[in-house]
Amino acid sequence: MRTLTALALGALMLGAVACGGPYPQSTLDPAADFGSHIDELFRWIFWFAVGVFVVVESLLLFVVVRYRARPGAPEPERVHGNTLLEIGWTLVPAVILILIAAPTMQTIFRTDGTPPEGALEVDVIGHQWWWEYNYPELGITTANELHVPQGRPVSLRLTSRDVIHSFWAPRLGGKRDVIAGRTNRISFTADSAGVFLGQCAEFCGESHAKMGLRVFVDDSVTFTQWVAGQRAAPPSADTLPDLARRGWEAFRLIRDPASNSCIACHTVQGVSGGVLGPNLTHMGSRSTVAAGALPNTAEGLARWLRDPPAEKPGSKMPRIGLTEDEIAALVAYLQLLR
Amino acid sequence: MAEHVAPAAGARSGIWSWITTTDHKRIGILYGVTAFVFFLIGGLEALLIRLQLASSQNDLVSAETFNQLFTMHGTTMVFLAVMPLSAAFFNYIVPLQIGARDVAFPRLNAFSYWVFLFGGLFLNASFIAGPILGADSLSVAPDAGWFGYANLTSRAYSPGFNVDFWVLGLQVLGIASLAAGFNFIVTIVNLRAPGMRLMRLPVFTWMTLVTQFLVVTAFPVITIGLVFLMFDRFFGTNFYQVSAGGDLLLWQHLFWLFGHPEVYILILPPMGIVSEVLPTFSRKPLFGYAVVVYSGLLIGVMGWGVWSHHMFSVGLGPIPDSVFAGTTMLIAIPTGVKIFNWLATMWGGQLRFTTAMLFALGFIAMFVIGGLSGVMHASPPADLQQTDTYFVVAHIHYVLFGGAIQGIFAGIYYWWPKMTGRLMNERLGKTHFWLGFVGMNLAFFPMHFIGLLGMPRRIYTYGPELGLDSLNLVSTIGALLIGVSILVFAANAWWSLRHGETAGNDPWGAPSLEWTISSPPPAYNFSVIPEVVSRLPRWSRTQMRAIPDVPPEPVHVPGGSFWPVIAALGIGVLATGALLHTLWVVLAGAAVLVVAIYAWAFEPFEV
Ligand code: HEC
Ligand SMILES: [Cu+2]
Ligand SMILES: [Cu+2]
Repeated sequence: MRTLTALALGALMLGAVACGGPYPQSTLDPAADFGSHIDELFRWIFWFAVGVFVVVESLLLFVVVRYRARPGAPEPERVHGNTLLEIGWTLVPAVILILIAAPTMQTIFRTDGTPPEGALEVDVIGHQWWWEYNYPELGITTANELHVPQGRPVSLRLTSRDVIHSFWAPRLGGKRDVIAGRTNRISFTADSAGVFLGQCAEFCGESHAKMGLRVFVDDSVTFTQWVAGQRAAPPSADTLPDLARRGWEAFRLIRDPASNSCIACHTVQGVSGGVLGPNLTHMGSRSTVAAGALPNTAEGLARWLRDPPAEKPGSKMPRIGLTEDEIAALVAYLQLLR
Repeated sequence: MAEHVAPAAGARSGIWSWITTTDHKRIGILYGVTAFVFFLIGGLEALLIRLQLASSQNDLVSAETFNQLFTMHGTTMVFLAVMPLSAAFFNYIVPLQIGARDVAFPRLNAFSYWVFLFGGLFLNASFIAGPILGADSLSVAPDAGWFGYANLTSRAYSPGFNVDFWVLGLQVLGIASLAAGFNFIVTIVNLRAPGMRLMRLPVFTWMTLVTQFLVVTAFPVITIGLVFLMFDRFFGTNFYQVSAGGDLLLWQHLFWLFGHPEVYILILPPMGIVSEVLPTFSRKPLFGYAVVVYSGLLIGVMGWGVWSHHMFSVGLGPIPDSVFAGTTMLIAIPTGVKIFNWLATMWGGQLRFTTAMLFALGFIAMFVIGGLSGVMHASPPADLQQTDTYFVVAHIHYVLFGGAIQGIFAGIYYWWPKMTGRLMNERLGKTHFWLGFVGMNLAFFPMHFIGLLGMPRRIYTYGPELGLDSLNLVSTIGALLIGVSILVFAANAWWSLRHGETAGNDPWGAPSLEWTISSPPPAYNFSVIPEVVSRLPRWSRTQMRAIPDVPPEPVHVPGGSFWPVIAALGIGVLATGALLHTLWVVLAGAAVLVVAIYAWAFEPFEV
């Protein structure tokens, strides 16, 4: 009965794993050294756990089957204990734990975030509910989508402007908390190019679920292009086509209340210097809007501008009450900020 | 019998007699029933959480509601369900197991219960208190998670009443736990029957003793953390204010310094229960009694040295991480030892698969899984991938549902006949067990994968791109199955109270003292205080026989007191005043409390 149930349950779960996927946030499919070190250690521990599980549960099953009460059987012998056995089942787990502890200690030091020689430093700042990235070496500021070069060590310095967050891109490695007043570090070298999903892992308030992030691991050509793009100045107002130019005007407009003006919160290089929201200088180059809440398409941007708290509950960008015309113009403008 | 008893508390009936009762058995029942109601509420919250997560981008509940649900689910299950369910057994069973007529401080015991009740009501009132408090939603329930990390709990980031309810409610509940803790320590140390040496105590009573030491040492720590938080919120102090030099890790250290011992507060009593149930239904004494007791003690002591394993991702540095990894792995050893001793207890026995026994077996089977996943995230690097994900959610539920709750159900089925005089229905009991067993594995096992495949905990929604829809759906189905199993249990309880078979003193042929007296026991428990000559009084050669109900000389039973409930009410009013920021209400509550304690102190009362 029990075995049958167990088999059925197991089958069901394997089935569920099989019909799900692919798993872009899997911790079991590492794509950087940080993640690989952990994965190796986890697999080592995992097999010990499976071993212990099998031994203990089989013993339990055996006892249950073998010693079920039989009518007319004599009273069992009243054994009170056995010192040798006690010593035995203290020592065996102790040995297993030593076998787990040794590589654990080793991996702790390998994954403690110390930046390797020649690492690209990025300052990561957590905000409710988006990420700010500053590349001091390259003079770049961007948001939510991190670009890093493939094969070169990267070192993230993590801190928060408000509550505690946690930076987690599972395929690249483990998470570390992002805490105001402290600086934590994550270091990794990504070994394959691609887009890696992640999200905030520490509950940080209403829209914690929508504090996504993306790490683009670029090959050297792509990365150089990206850097050049991010360092380029945005198009000047008089080169803008008509609709986008009206967007530029709407962006600069001082609204009522003034705190509702885009420029009060956002920076676009050469236009404004707000710091409450993401830097939009190269908004058009991102693939998503508002930390992964929406795709960065005309439609996605429009939805965001129409009513941010509807897309992201509690969003610190208020509903501004833009007209549809303004929205269309702003979308055209933002899309040109590449 | 009545003529021998002075004001016979046990013989009285009616609501008033329950409100003023100081009888540990009645208080035990009050604890049990109240905690079960809170357990149902916490369970409903869990079902809503699971329904919301049944598929990606579901919008059954809003983000705000979801955050309240998981916060209240955790807070409720820990403080209002599992702890007080254990307390129900401390109250009812411990005095019976040590041969005492009541606890050491019966009125303090009543006080603990009432404070717990008011604390629980206070917390849950937040679900409907919005309009009264002028908030723009019905519910202003706590929403910062059950471990309420600073600085999310500060006024700046949680301006509403939500966190106020939490910070005040937990302080109130802490008072209840502390009062009960001291009471049971004194009871177990001082009120043992002659011959009941410490190393003859039943393991359940032993684990209760260890637990109470953890309670009285751990709760002050969280209270300090909560008082700091309260001062920050109400009086503008800067304990958790980074801009004023505060360190946010202060809260985490204080919370987990309490929080890890709390884990053992939750699990040691059920371990004690299992250590009672297994021998009875194997017809063999507990294997390695002394080792099981000492390992419980050791777990209690070592439980103080592992708290930072909840903080491996906060960046403490490689040295502290290594140290706490080491201590955490060490604590697995005494835990494993218990499991092997339980297995050895059954080895060579004559196992009877009553429902109580099934739950005890279920405890072992599931607790092993929780223990093993625990060892996995005792390894800090592995934990960097597991903490704050569903993997950890799976772990805590294997420990606290597969472990603690199953252990408590084992205790309920085991001692129900002692408490009610009637046996529970075995057929319904087994249905309850198997539905729950299948349900919990469907609900919680997939969570291991859900976590490892990248789903963080505490998210009200997730995208279809994570590929986790089907696993989440399985988990939700499992949760519903658990819900059904709990309904079966409720039906069983209802039915058994009326139609259950009469139990007699000792339906199981069990070894310990509580089975020598009638079921339910008379108000004074033991008509004559028994002389204990062995650890297994009913199984030893000088088998202790049933103790008659009628005492040879009058036994004085205290008649009850209403001061404990008044004092508890004072605390409730005080907390409400603090919530409302209204000084006169605070003072009124304090006045009621002082008057009640004064009157209580001078009230004539004998045990
Ligand atoms: C009160 C401050 C504030 C104002 C005013 C404001 N925003 Fe925002 N904005 C934010 C914040 C904060 C975010 C990040 C929200 C999030 O992801 O949770 C944001 C996000 C955005 C994003 C997405 C950025 C990204 O990296 O994905 C865009 C685009 C945007 N705002 C455009 C605008 C425009 C256009 C206006 C004016 C009509 C405006 N904002 C006004 C604060 C503001
Ligand atoms: Cu978050
Ligand atoms: Cu812990």
